[in-house]
Amino acid sequence: MKLIVNGEDHDIASQTLAELLLSLDYEGDWLATAVNGEIVHRDDRDAFVLNDRDRIEILSPMQGG
Amino acid sequence: MLELYETNVSSRLLLGTARYPSPTILADAARASKTEILTVSLRRETAGGKQGGAFFEMIRDLGTRILPNTAGCHTASEAVLTARMAREVFGTNWIKLEVIGHQDTLQPDVFALVEAARILSADGFEVFPYTTDDLVVGERLIEAGCRVLMPWCAPIGSAIGPQNIPALRSMRAHFPDIPLIVDAGLGRPSHAALVMELGFDAVLLNTAVANAGDPVRMAGAFAKAIEAGHSGYQAGLLEPRDMAVPSTPVIGKAVFS
Repeated sequence: MKLIVNGEDHDIASQTLAELLLSLDYEGDWLATAVNGEIVHRDDRDAFVLNDRDRIEILSPMQGG
Repeated sequence: MLELYETNVSSRLLLGTARYPSPTILADAARASKTEILTVSLRRETAGGKQGGAFFEMIRDLGTRILPNTAGCHTASEAVLTARMAREVFGTNWIKLEVIGHQDTLQPDVFALVEAARILSADGFEVFPYTTDDLVVGERLIEAGCRVLMPWCAPIGSAIGPQNIPALRSMRAHFPDIPLIVDAGLGRPSHAALVMELGFDAVLLNTAVANAGDPVRMAGAFAKAIEAGHSGYQAGLLEPRDMAVPSTPVIGKAVFS
């Protein structure tokens, strides 16, 4: 399945958002995720099924003014 | 004490966390400033990266409140999504709402700002909008649910200080009960003292501290200037006048010739 993760193309077999995070070695409770412009809350990632060409954003804290 | 959305803080300095020479200097500057509110942001985390986690733990250890921003957003929908993601990560309803409208001046797009403020306020957010010094926009933001306004006094990172003092004075007069925080454009402690003397409730600083020759010392200098300006405003400043007024009484003066 083709997915766009943080603007980059990936070919990944993950079925759910939680599986995707695991396969790309993301971990920690400081991550926020969105799929196709909608937030997917931490507790919903296990059940969130991905589709071909989904656009996934994975954000984390950084310095800001 | 300064009350922001039912939260009381004693420090009137809000500090940004970007552009410091090192994480240690950022932490030392935050402590020297005595700030109780640090601003942070969200960015894409690279696969397997742990940078965001390390930064977040360092900020958490400083023990301040966190004010996440929506920096870099150019539309209301981008800003709303970023705010919701920030709430998930930082566990706060506070959001410094930025919707940039002009690439050179980083002037806010006030139309999109009002739209995003309305959506986020209805969604339970406590919005700190980065706005201009326009009174009508301020009114619209309050109608949208904002109970704090954060006008610029000059472009972000410019360090040129207040460019339109009459407009800032008008804001203070027009919104007597709304906390007003100058966000953006300050360069020197004297700039901060000046806006506090105008009756502003607090200032938000980043570049002026982070890019100073000695950020830790500059953080302390700003803290003193902000406190001095605030005390001066509360003490009741004299109106300037054109002619001299003798400070020593003339009654009873000796006559020698």
